[in-house]
Amino acid sequence: MSLSEVFGRCKPLIVYICAGDPSPDETVEIAERIARAGADVLELGLPHSDPIADGPVIQAASQRAIAAGMNTDLYFDIASRIEGVPKVFMGYYNMVYRRGLERFASDCRASGICGMIVPDLPMEESRPLREAASRHGIDLINMIAPNTPDKRIREIIALSSGFVYLVARAGVTGASADLLESTKHLIERVPPVIPRAVGFGVSRPEHAAELLRAGADGVIVGSACVDLIGRNELDRLEDLIRRMKLAMTEVSVKSAASIQQS
Amino acid sequence: MDEISCEVRFGRYGGRFVPETLVQPLLELAEAFERLRVDPEFLRELSTLMRDFAGRPTPLYRAENLSRALGRDVYLKREDLLHGGAHKINNTLGQGLLAKYMKKKRLIAETGAGQHGVATAIVGALLGFETEIYMGEVDIERQRMNVFRMELLGARVIPVRSGSRTLKDAINEALRDWAASYESTHYLLGTVAGPHPYPSMVREFQRVIGDETRSQILAEEKRLPDSIVACVGGGSNAMGIFTPFIDDDVRLIAVEAGGRGPGGGDRSAEHGASLAFGDPGVLHGAMTKILQDPYGQILESYSIAAGLDYPGVGPELAHLVETGRVETATASDRTAIMGFKALSKLEGIIPALESAHAVGYAMEHPEMLGELSVINISGRGDKDLHTVMAYESV
Ligand SMILES: Cc1ncc(COP(=O)(O)O)c(C=O)c1O
Repeated sequence: MSLSEVFGRCKPLIVYICAGDPSPDETVEIAERIARAGADVLELGLPHSDPIADGPVIQAASQRAIAAGMNTDLYFDIASRIEGVPKVFMGYYNMVYRRGLERFASDCRASGICGMIVPDLPMEESRPLREAASRHGIDLINMIAPNTPDKRIREIIALSSGFVYLVARAGVTGASADLLESTKHLIERVPPVIPRAVGFGVSRPEHAAELLRAGADGVIVGSACVDLIGRNELDRLEDLIRRMKLAMTEVSVKSAASIQQS
Repeated sequence: MDEISCEVRFGRYGGRFVPETLVQPLLELAEAFERLRVDPEFLRELSTLMRDFAGRPTPLYRAENLSRALGRDVYLKREDLLHGGAHKINNTLGQGLLAKYMKKKRLIAETGAGQHGVATAIVGALLGFETEIYMGEVDIERQRMNVFRMELLGARVIPVRSGSRTLKDAINEALRDWAASYESTHYLLGTVAGPHPYPSMVREFQRVIGDETRSQILAEEKRLPDSIVACVGGGSNAMGIFTPFIDDDVRLIAVEAGGRGPGGGDRSAEHGASLAFGDPGVLHGAMTKILQDPYGQILESYSIAAGLDYPGVGPELAHLVETGRVETATASDRTAIMGFKALSKLEGIIPALESAHAVGYAMEHPEMLGELSVINISGRGDKDLHTVMAYESV
């Protein structure tokens, strides 16, 4: 299923995990449990030694995975064994560049990955990978931050396919207690000509619901889940995802009802 | 400083490979730098500080004894005489003043050995910034004196516990901090690496080394040198002294840390020679030559000189090496120790272990120097005495 089909059917819950954490053997099972619990899209991270966009939780997961022997070959092997959920790659540019852009995109395709998120690849640097990805039918997902000016937002959207990733706050990934007013403002600033999924700091069902009410087309949760995997609390992980998905479904049902009433 | 706007790219190297959140702060910084580098008031204030606070110009010293030993004329550019004991202050004064003009309240910086951290703390105290220095836990252990120095100067040292807990992780942490704090904070990066505009901006603040060298050697010798030798960690003292000579017929030799020699294990290299042994890739926001494994994980580097212990290098140097304009060489730990001791005995000058790589290389390869050569003594060696003592005792 393509990303535009996913967003056409629902407002997806997108769940990030770090491939190979705690070990390459366990990732397939964890991913499938996440999918069964209600994740609509799996964002599968390829761990990097120097994850500059990530906070302490994902840094620690990346280190665990690398120490457990995770590498790019294993990554695609794992990805191709995860079934029943659309998959998106997330990883740093050097890992992609080192394998070769064309080969990387082709490996994504072959292992059933339909999109790529590369957090250290801003618009200006993204053309070579965008072209390689598009030759293999893969969406390169662009990010938009709270400090991205309106004009640049329009330029980014013009280059985007699949969805755009709205960064909910300045700084790095990691769970936070509250969502900021600035996040809601950011959603308003991005015209709904392409699905807008919001991530960074989302950790609770209330956040997910609030984001949908603010107009988001999808919600991305990462550190909150990675943290539970790190503690080996897989039942709580499933529970969190179930409650998030439920909160999101309730918002969608209510808004559908209110549209019908009006 | 000339008026051409600074480059984003150097051939295939350079660029700005950063999270979207950092794009605006970097654009703002590039814009401020372009504006201020030609602002008479800024330039006047900077050159007054360079003279009265840092101690510029530094001498270009004709090293008679070394010249005799090598059978050619060798001059030393004495950056070791600057306040703080290294060339780092040229950059920290420049960026510190820039940050003041940009109305920032706080400085953050990374440091490995502590040299750049100290130079930043000095400027933070001078110009009244709140100053926080990211430093790997491993380095804090190795460099207690510099941690104390930074704290004495009023800076706070923040231990970095992620990754290899060394310089590269300190840079990651500073970038993460800046992504959330840029409105009030300037990230004062210590070398010609990192995303645009740092490579060109730091080069411009360091080129005073080469500008002075040029007029000094012309005054003394009525001609340009045949060669210039500088050590390379990130490349700032090398780019500083090389830049004014790029279009001349002068051999430019960049000496990297050979450490214990090429090779190494899965996660680490036994050297810091990214120009000599690295492959193209992205580290800390720039496409450059980096030490990496076959999958693109960054390797830990190694050198006896903490300032050369970095798995990347400035993108412009990577480009200048690729085009053949700059030659690369490596000096092992052993060669550096030899240079350290030889310069101390021959000239009464104790060089930093970093600079001792350039000295040691020159002494082992005098035939590469031509008849008239300049070696950049990027810093003084007081900070390294315990390292050399420990090396000697094994
Ligand atoms: C004295 C000295 N020389 C050289 C270096 C290496 O840095 P760069 O290559 O940027 O000049 C350092 C770094 O700490 C240093 O302290």
